[in-house]
Amino acid sequence: MSDRKKIQLPLTPEDVESLKAGDRVLLSGPLFVGRDQAHKRLVDLVEEGGELPFDIEGETIYFAGPSPAKPGQVIGSCGPTTSYRMDPYSPTLIALGLRGMIGKGARGEAVVDAMKEHGAVYFTAVGGAAALIARTVISMEVVAYEDLGPEALRRLEVADFPAIVAQDAHGGNQYDEGLKEYARS
Amino acid sequence: MRVIPAEQITEALKDLAISANYDLGEDVLEALRNGRENEGSPVGREILDQLIENAEIAAKERVPMCQDTGYAAVFVEIGHEVFIEGDLNAAVDEGVRQGYEEGYLRKSIVGDPLRRQNTGDNTPAALAIDFVPGDQVKVTIAPKGGGSENMSMARQYAPAVGRQGVIDFVVNRVKESGSNPCPPVVVGVGIGGTFDLCARLAKKSLLRDLGVRHPDPFYAELELELLEEVNKLGIGPMGLGGNVTALDVHVEYYPCHIASLPVAVNMQCHAARHKTAVL
Ligand code: SF4
Repeated sequence: MSDRKKIQLPLTPEDVESLKAGDRVLLSGPLFVGRDQAHKRLVDLVEEGGELPFDIEGETIYFAGPSPAKPGQVIGSCGPTTSYRMDPYSPTLIALGLRGMIGKGARGEAVVDAMKEHGAVYFTAVGGAAALIARTVISMEVVAYEDLGPEALRRLEVADFPAIVAQDAHGGNQYDEGLKEYARS
Repeated sequence: MRVIPAEQITEALKDLAISANYDLGEDVLEALRNGRENEGSPVGREILDQLIENAEIAAKERVPMCQDTGYAAVFVEIGHEVFIEGDLNAAVDEGVRQGYEEGYLRKSIVGDPLRRQNTGDNTPAALAIDFVPGDQVKVTIAPKGGGSENMSMARQYAPAVGRQGVIDFVVNRVKESGSNPCPPVVVGVGIGGTFDLCARLAKKSLLRDLGVRHPDPFYAELELELLEEVNKLGIGPMGLGGNVTALDVHVEYYPCHIASLPVAVNMQCHAARHKTAVL
């Protein structure tokens, strides 16, 4: 794991510029956590002309819905959820300044276009490695939508959160590259 | 007649729900370790290492291996010589309720698919009951994550498509699922029956331990061929490229109508969880 790039969050425009599909990284700093329903609420709010419950400029959102924390735990198990379900919402948030997303599974064309246009990067975490990822979480607070339970909007502080750049801001796509390299007929 | 109080099923299910989510089966761990040996991609190997380490942390620290602790798919096999005293449906839901609460498992069920209010206790279970010979009750829980379940699909083919048509459908389904169902996956295939029964067969095939082949050599061979074809796709761990796309493929079949060839694929992620108790 020595060849992993250490990245301090929030991401800078230079980070986004330099990260390439396939890069393995360790992320440290603040992360917002939201999934289906939180995304819907955020985007509904924007469409109604309201203000987001946090300053999204430069931030990274992790698509996840953790399991409940046991007494003494900062957070329960918290691996990534499948990202395509956030595809209808992500372009709006990217246009507002969102710079990083972490989830699992490939993103659609509209998201990729927004990433290229505004400068954003998409990381995959290891789906199912939820107990391991939980160990990298230092603190957790609910920011909004507590009524959504596991889907509430949260803010985490993480240290050395392991991720891989899946799709970069220049159209680079590790899913396509992986297939090209490993598919056999 | 042997009498089994329904509360015994509640007790058993509560423990099974927790253990299924904390303790990955030895068969899956073994398959992940073998996959680690065969994986050509360095990123793929690192991902498999993380999954093995993750399973070890979950078992040791008594926490869920994955935050998606699933829909509680419950299978109850009741011996003909058993009388269950009490409300079986309620006893099953109560077991799920207690297990998900005491185990700090995520509550992932909404009570209505369109209005989407969380039921708050992960009930109801998806319950399937079978009657079998004997005087025992076998209770199984297979918590099913949404990410892989969403990639599942059923088709009604004309019989003419035959064996090759089935292979093409299954391989294509895995290909289309790509990185979404948390590969490496386990592919559950149902062939035959009616439209609904076929999907049920696919799900049931996932209860079999990895590496165990279908008892009918014809279907055992089909499983191995499917596994080989799927692993040629190159999807690899987490879809980032590699040789280990599937850990196994399981097939179950059932008689079907002269006009039909139903096929269903139930995708299962590497968190291939299931635990059984016999009462
Ligand atoms: S698909 Fe499986 S491993 Fe992936 S997040 Fe869902 S339950 Fe967990």
